[in-house]
Amino acid sequence: MPRLKTRVNNVSNLFLPLSVLVILIIINLIKGADYFKITMVNGAFYGNIPNILFGASELVILSIGMTFVTAASRGQDISIGESGAISSAIFVQYVLSSGNVTLWTILVGFVISCLAGIVIGAFNGTLVSFFNVQPMVATLILFLGGRSIAFIIDGKVSPILANEISNRIGTVIPGVPIHTPIILTVVFIAIVAVILKTTNLRLYVEAVGVNPSAARLNGINPKKVIFLTFVLMGVFSAVAGFIAVNKAGRHDSVNLLKFIMMDAILAVALGGNSLSGGKFSITGSIIGAYTIEVLNRTLLRLEVNPEAIKLFKAVFIIVLMIIASPVVRVYAKKALDKAKGIFSNYSAGQTGGLSNGAVSAADTTGKRGE
Amino acid sequence: MQSEMFLKMEGICKSFPGVRALHNVDFTLRKGEIHALMGENGAGKSTLIKIITGVYQKDAGQIYLEGRPVNPKSPQDAQGMGIGTVFQEIALCPNLTVAENIFIGRSRDRFVHWKQMNAKAAEMLDSLGIPASPTQELASCSIAVQQMIAIARAVDMDCKILILDEPTSSLDEDEVQKLFALMRQLKARGVGIIFITHFLDQVYEISDRITVLRNGELIGEYETSELPQIELISKMMGKALSDVSAIKKHEPQKSADSVPVFEAAGLSSAAGVRPFDFTIHKGEVNGFAGLLGSGRSESVRAIFAADKVTGGEVKVNGRNVKIKSPLDAMKQGIGYLPEDRKGDGIIEELSVRDNIILALQVMKGFFRPLSRKQAEEFADEFIEKLDIKTPSTSTPIKSLSGGNQQKVVLARWLLTQPMYLILDEPTRGIDVGTKVEIQKLVLKLAEAGMSLTFISSEIDEMLRVCSRMIVMKDREIVGELSGMHLTEQDVMHMIAQGGH
Amino acid sequence: MKRLPKIGLLLAVILVLSCGSAIVAAQELIKVGIVNLPPEESGYRQANVEDMNEVFSRENGYDGKQTNTADNSEQIAAARGYIRDGVDFLLISAANASGWDDVLQSAKRAGVRVILFDRAIDTDPSNYEAALLSDMHYEGQLATDWVLNNVPEPINVILIRGQLGSAAEIGRSAPLLKAAEEGKLNIVADGTGGDTWSLEEARKVVEAAIAAGKDFNVIYAQNDGMAQGAVQALEAAGISHGKDGKVKIIGFDFNRFALRNVQAGYWDADVQCNPRQAGQIDQWIKSGNIPQGIVYQEELILDTDTITDEHIEKFGINADPGKGVITR
Repeated sequence: MPRLKTRVNNVSNLFLPLSVLVILIIINLIKGADYFKITMVNGAFYGNIPNILFGASELVILSIGMTFVTAASRGQDISIGESGAISSAIFVQYVLSSGNVTLWTILVGFVISCLAGIVIGAFNGTLVSFFNVQPMVATLILFLGGRSIAFIIDGKVSPILANEISNRIGTVIPGVPIHTPIILTVVFIAIVAVILKTTNLRLYVEAVGVNPSAARLNGINPKKVIFLTFVLMGVFSAVAGFIAVNKAGRHDSVNLLKFIMMDAILAVALGGNSLSGGKFSITGSIIGAYTIEVLNRTLLRLEVNPEAIKLFKAVFIIVLMIIASPVVRVYAKKALDKAKGIFSNYSAGQTGGLSNGAVSAADTTGKRGE
Repeated sequence: MQSEMFLKMEGICKSFPGVRALHNVDFTLRKGEIHALMGENGAGKSTLIKIITGVYQKDAGQIYLEGRPVNPKSPQDAQGMGIGTVFQEIALCPNLTVAENIFIGRSRDRFVHWKQMNAKAAEMLDSLGIPASPTQELASCSIAVQQMIAIARAVDMDCKILILDEPTSSLDEDEVQKLFALMRQLKARGVGIIFITHFLDQVYEISDRITVLRNGELIGEYETSELPQIELISKMMGKALSDVSAIKKHEPQKSADSVPVFEAAGLSSAAGVRPFDFTIHKGEVNGFAGLLGSGRSESVRAIFAADKVTGGEVKVNGRNVKIKSPLDAMKQGIGYLPEDRKGDGIIEELSVRDNIILALQVMKGFFRPLSRKQAEEFADEFIEKLDIKTPSTSTPIKSLSGGNQQKVVLARWLLTQPMYLILDEPTRGIDVGTKVEIQKLVLKLAEAGMSLTFISSEIDEMLRVCSRMIVMKDREIVGELSGMHLTEQDVMHMIAQGGH
Repeated sequence: MKRLPKIGLLLAVILVLSCGSAIVAAQELIKVGIVNLPPEESGYRQANVEDMNEVFSRENGYDGKQTNTADNSEQIAAARGYIRDGVDFLLISAANASGWDDVLQSAKRAGVRVILFDRAIDTDPSNYEAALLSDMHYEGQLATDWVLNNVPEPINVILIRGQLGSAAEIGRSAPLLKAAEEGKLNIVADGTGGDTWSLEEARKVVEAAIAAGKDFNVIYAQNDGMAQGAVQALEAAGISHGKDGKVKIIGFDFNRFALRNVQAGYWDADVQCNPRQAGQIDQWIKSGNIPQGIVYQEELILDTDTITDEHIEKFGINADPGKGVITR
């Protein structure tokens, strides 16, 4: 019974991020009733939903990493796009240098790029946890310099990744009806879920984010935990970079995953997570990431004038953030309680409310009589 | 008579979803009196205060201020009516100056006249006898002085009613006296003071009248001089006091040649405690006695490696061990309940369950999480064992009362089954009933073979549970007292004499 | 002992000769200071920077120095440095079009001749000699004309703009918008790849158009990356494109991967945005015949019929995937 209660609790925490998503979907449905329609194109599912899932894959992965970083360090990593550009540049160089591309080549390249991600994450993490640099300032270094590094790794050109396996990773594997990036995202989320299930990552990160001093006195090393979240962020960036570069088919060090940290931070916030650390909800961030993707597509669907699209996005986001803010939550809850109260009073008979007051007044006088 | 009743509350009711916090409570406050509001945790004191100060809205009842019905809608509203509050946790800005803290945010002018403000502050500090300079940074003042400055801020808002919620919980005896002097001065000016505390002695020292609440109901209103302390306690707890007097420490079963459970030689830490030796045997309860700042907390922190250990040798059960971090200490079977519950103890946002299993979970290791079921079972077990009042195991700990929060932290360490448990001020800021429970629990644990160190600002409390007292002064151990019949005088004497 | 003076004389002669030749060499080298954007800005810039380095080299008779920064104030500082060093020519591709008046005037006073390349500066034309620029409007006109001549009516275009308000976006949009106004073609969807000329955004623009059930037969993407994103959306939706397909694909910039796609008939046309101004400027300097004011470069449009390997090697920028390799 108590278990059930906590489930309900979790769902109610996700109620607002979900409601935001629902509002957007309703807007889309008004625009066209076939919003959910899915067809088969060349043996793969095609439609709005597959497109959203496909388009948001990198953002979802990065939002999860950003959630950990935010929760533990109470700050954000703004170098994730650059970090992804560097690690994917290394991946591309490895693949191009190996001549004949086999699945094995891709896998080894992927592992190498993840190692690069670890190094990048360790760099950021060291600055933040051991040198106490503010996360945004620490990651500003790579944000500014990261693309130059990727550019040099690329050999100052934009190398082409024109092999069949990369193409399949970026699009579909023949015989599999779902686009590969969607599958990779699902696998990734499953791995994160397993990590959360089989380790104490959540407890450690939350404890450190809420109260590092108390966490330390319970045997947790806050510096190590913060460091770990940045390393994870590095790996996640490498995974996102891997997907992005295979989708694009070439490595564009200038534009790959550019400014995606904005959306990732936004996804974390839309998911109901505090940007100043502490308790976190991965599910919320994932919903947040898909919400942003849906929002972007909704604006296109509404055929907002390109000049006004940024303004519209900003307005939408502000409205969504207000809807999802704790202030509105509390207010909504109050209003709900009030409505319930009115309803129950009403059903108990209209005089019920009045006589209650009379009874309590009588009580008071009774007491004074004593 | 009516005009003398400054504040009059009648038939106040307040409910929260599922909880009846106050039912039909009356309360009166006279001009120029100090009125103690007493009750255990959950009795409804805070709710009543929050209704007076406009944080909550009453469901039913009437509030009269100087005979006129009022209804404070917000703290600002209440302030406007002359109701000032100083809470337990000081809500000032530590990096601003004293004068700024007194005046900031209240000036009607757009610009601040620094000179004028400082002069006014100096005058006020002087008149209230607060030992602080207006231009001093607040953080550089002692907690007591900060508390007084918070009061000064409240008083300056032309307050007629001053509410002091646990103002003395982090003060030592001297500082308490200074605060009392200030309170008497305000009383003489005609301010009505509502005083909430867990220190019964202080109630009898300073208050004129006492109102007792229990379970959200009014038990009664009494003249302090007419209510014996023992009766007050029984009214608060709702039972006779045989329980309290039944607490009896026992002689630890130590033989002369037994190996100490924990032994330290020349231990020192970065927090600045002088190198000290310390031993504790199986089933022993000892205590570090001394004034606030004497180094008693720093000593136990050094044992747990909560501060960086800078020297010394440590033996556990006779074996040499290295304790460099809290985790090392935990692995050696040492637990530590820190002095600052809010800052170092609880993880506010996390659930009661996570707070209970935290230490055990960390000891098990990063890759071996408890199953949800196991965690629930542990949490349920200790919620029942320690009678922790919480709606569910998933409730965030911050929404529990102070006493229940402390019980959760205690449960956390008991769950790790430590061989040696350090309790630094486990009873600070919690109600009498829980206090007694914790004292009893300590003795029970010792009887079962656990070694404990018990630190408290209240010496009589330590005398009740400790069979050995290590007396500290100026960050140094000045002596040791043991025996079944120690008195407060013995300890005071040693502190005063500095051990020689 | 007799031979000693002779050796001394010989040494003296060698010394004089070598000094002389050194002096002669120094006199022959033309000192050029180049203020440019950093190569990592884009594939275009990379080609541009490399071209400058190649042309203004010692072998070509230049003492050329290049500063690469995207910071306007750093660029201005570098220009002042070159003027102090007494360069003969100052070549500038400005990060920001304004704020250059002072430094250009001091160049004039010092007798340094200024040639702008790639990017114009908001200043009085008397403050520089010539400006060799890409005519974005002309590029747009090339593409629009190609559409009007090669696509059967009705022509329904998805326009994917670059960074809104940039010179390239304005120039490349204008002729198409004008043609639409004149009723020669319809723009059924008007989107943008945003400030990063994003491939992903371009893909979403096309996906949204497909979802909305728009009928279209041209994608006019204002750079190659966005054209690539648009084609990805078509591929996923199973819509044919290219030489034998329904939807005609036009990109800009002459990336080699894009040209290979055109060559393979996967795309239809690509418009040049020539990053190689150095050759022309070299010719002006060497001939001593520097024109006054703005001069536009000649630029090409290539489609599946006109494209050759030579074009790709000579005019393309960025990495070449190789003949017959399609970049999806």
